[in-house]
Amino acid sequence: MKAVLRLTICILLFWVHPADCQSKMVKIKGGTYIPLYGRDSLKVTIVDFQMDVYPVTNKEFLEFVKANPKWQRSKVKKLFADKNYLKDWKSDTELGDQQSLKAPITNISWFAAKDYCECQGKRLATIDEWEYVAMSNETIPDARTLKSYNEFILGWYEKPKTFNNEIGSTFKNYWNVYDLHGLVWEWTLDFNSVLVSGESRKDVDNDTNLFCGSAAVGATDLMNYAAFMRYAIRGSLKAKYAMKNLGFRCVRDINE
Amino acid sequence: MKYLKFIVVLLVLTVITACKDNASHKVSEEESVYKCPMQCEGNKTYAKLEACPVCKMDLVMVENQRTKSVADDVISDESIFNLTTTWHTEEGSTVQLKDLKGKTLVMVMIYTTCKAACPRLVADMRNIEAKIPKDKLNDLQFVLVSIDPKNDTPARLKAFAKENFMDGEQWTFLQGTESGVREFANVLAVKYKQISPLDFSHSNIISVFNSGGELVHQQEGLGVDNKETVDSILKLVQ
Repeated sequence: MKAVLRLTICILLFWVHPADCQSKMVKIKGGTYIPLYGRDSLKVTIVDFQMDVYPVTNKEFLEFVKANPKWQRSKVKKLFADKNYLKDWKSDTELGDQQSLKAPITNISWFAAKDYCECQGKRLATIDEWEYVAMSNETIPDARTLKSYNEFILGWYEKPKTFNNEIGSTFKNYWNVYDLHGLVWEWTLDFNSVLVSGESRKDVDNDTNLFCGSAAVGATDLMNYAAFMRYAIRGSLKAKYAMKNLGFRCVRDINE
Repeated sequence: MKYLKFIVVLLVLTVITACKDNASHKVSEEESVYKCPMQCEGNKTYAKLEACPVCKMDLVMVENQRTKSVADDVISDESIFNLTTTWHTEEGSTVQLKDLKGKTLVMVMIYTTCKAACPRLVADMRNIEAKIPKDKLNDLQFVLVSIDPKNDTPARLKAFAKENFMDGEQWTFLQGTESGVREFANVLAVKYKQISPLDFSHSNIISVFNSGGELVHQQEGLGVDNKETVDSILKLVQ
């Protein structure tokens, strides 16, 4: 009798709970690599963590704002989101006509994304973690030198309105994570650590008056144009911006 | 009895994942006014969103020009007091940003092991303070927020304050959490990156907030002319 009860509750826990609010995650095995923009030693070490398989969807975010009214469009503080926040929604709790429940959520600010993840006991990925997972293709963990890998990303940059596509519509990478490239850009926890001033004349001479130590953060591989674009976007963002092609996904530390 | 444990776990999970919701304060809709982005007719404003009669460009909404003095109990939408993270001061007490309410705030982000820009940034802060008449200092708080919460403990910040002759009432040093600091930096549009265990790159920005916590002025760069910053502070404390 006891066993049956235990089983039922187990099934309930594993069925209801993840399906309801926790999206699927996979384990990412840590490692060392050289990102486009690194630290002093160039190499960055990533420890094991878990990452959402898909970006957060419209449906998931809709449930989040229903449960947390402070993130509804009419209630959100101007400090935390600009006027583009959820701007295509019909109302505080209704998606727009063109928006699919299974498409990635966009038009959200960094503050909203951060709070969403924290609500689930997760967090946003750091740039280094995100880039670590994103440098893989279908078969190998670091595909950055492959022509096909870079061409795929650059090809996406040319496609309009990919934010309307449903999650899972791009390739599954080495880590079993979908949609890192090809759907939307994604917020990262420390996006504001990209010290690119956005003005080429300023970047060239490492303007030491604006940024203390900026000479230390140079790009390691200028051939990686696709990644360079990502860093440039991050450098130009402010946390309250809500952009139409910028979504997010969450990660979680593994505590053993 | 074991299944009871599962129920407990389930309950705990629910509690953890449920997010607390701060009662948000409803602010009444203000009337918006529009302005030509090219300022064809100077600062002339229009009541409707239409094209500029001179250059035919679409008008843009003018940010609400709020009054400088803010009512005591209301925190506006754009106020940094909406941040609810807690901080430790150099005196060892625990505060939230809204505890600083009521005074004009001059804020900067630094770290104490910094050799390059921070000493100059700190000097910039002292230079600004020196230009404020002594009788106005009571209405002002100079706040230095550490971007290195791991190393900059309250004790370390206190020592730094003494070394730099910034131990007076008008100076406050804050140690936060890593995520709290990241969030605060994002409100200030300050960028920073750890480049080695004791070193950070960071933007050099001094920000002025009115007594309601709304951003009024930002000074960017090192050793720049602080006249505008001082003027904006004086305007607020008058």
